[in-house]
Amino acid sequence: MGSGESGADCEETVQRLYTYLDGELTDERRAEIKKHLDDCSPCLQAFDFEAELRIVIASKCKDHVPEHLIVRVREVIAEEERRSTG
Amino acid sequence: MADRARFSELAMEHMPSLYTAALRMTRNPADAEDLVQETFLKAYRAFDRFEEGTNLRAWLYKILTNTFINSYRAAKRRPEKADVDDVEDLYLYRHLGELQRDDLGRSAEDEVLDHITDDEVKQAIESLPETFRIAVLLADVEGFSYKEIADITDVPIGTVMSRIHRGRKALQKALLEYAVAGGLVGSSEAGR
Repeated sequence: MGSGESGADCEETVQRLYTYLDGELTDERRAEIKKHLDDCSPCLQAFDFEAELRIVIASKCKDHVPEHLIVRVREVIAEEERRSTG
Repeated sequence: MADRARFSELAMEHMPSLYTAALRMTRNPADAEDLVQETFLKAYRAFDRFEEGTNLRAWLYKILTNTFINSYRAAKRRPEKADVDDVEDLYLYRHLGELQRDDLGRSAEDEVLDHITDDEVKQAIESLPETFRIAVLLADVEGFSYKEIADITDVPIGTVMSRIHRGRKALQKALLEYAVAGGLVGSSEAGR
């Protein structure tokens, strides 16, 4: 798989994949990578996996906040409020 | 400048995500609760210096991260290392791709994405050295930009990118180990 004169090849695409996924590439670079992904099925599949993995990680890394912590924090702030205005 | 009376209204909605971050950082529910409490107290005290309308979430995370680093980070004689230099790009994707499809024709990639558990993801993140753990938390769990992470952790953007990149490699290595240990995928070729 080669690259166009101004396009990205597989190696560049893999190297930049995370930065592309993070939305942190310049417009020009993003367009180059997107073009390559449109044309290269193996790279697109890798990209799809990484994108979905990101979603899975974020969605599975959640915790239930214990009620007593919420109460505790509210109390601590209320106490601080009393101290500073009292 | 922000009005302290508005603090609860504005800041409390961020408690669930701050608590999750605190748990991953401290790896200990009791310490996580103390860290969250301390963070909110510091934030409340500093709130009159916060400019309302600016990035409150990043501001809170900066207080959380600094408090963690200054007060909760375990004292270590040597910095933790993770050997990720031999971990290639697309590590997890490539290793899973080498494995057989199961009897139902599902790929190993789908198996992992569909069946890896919350606990396995959390433990994989918690297994990372702190520098990588914080970078991956802020980028992948909380979705901050590189610039925001640079502000929160007070390091240059280049360093942020390097930590995220290497942190993700370490995370993928850990996830593959969990997937194999959990029987999600076969071990015959994984983990080479």
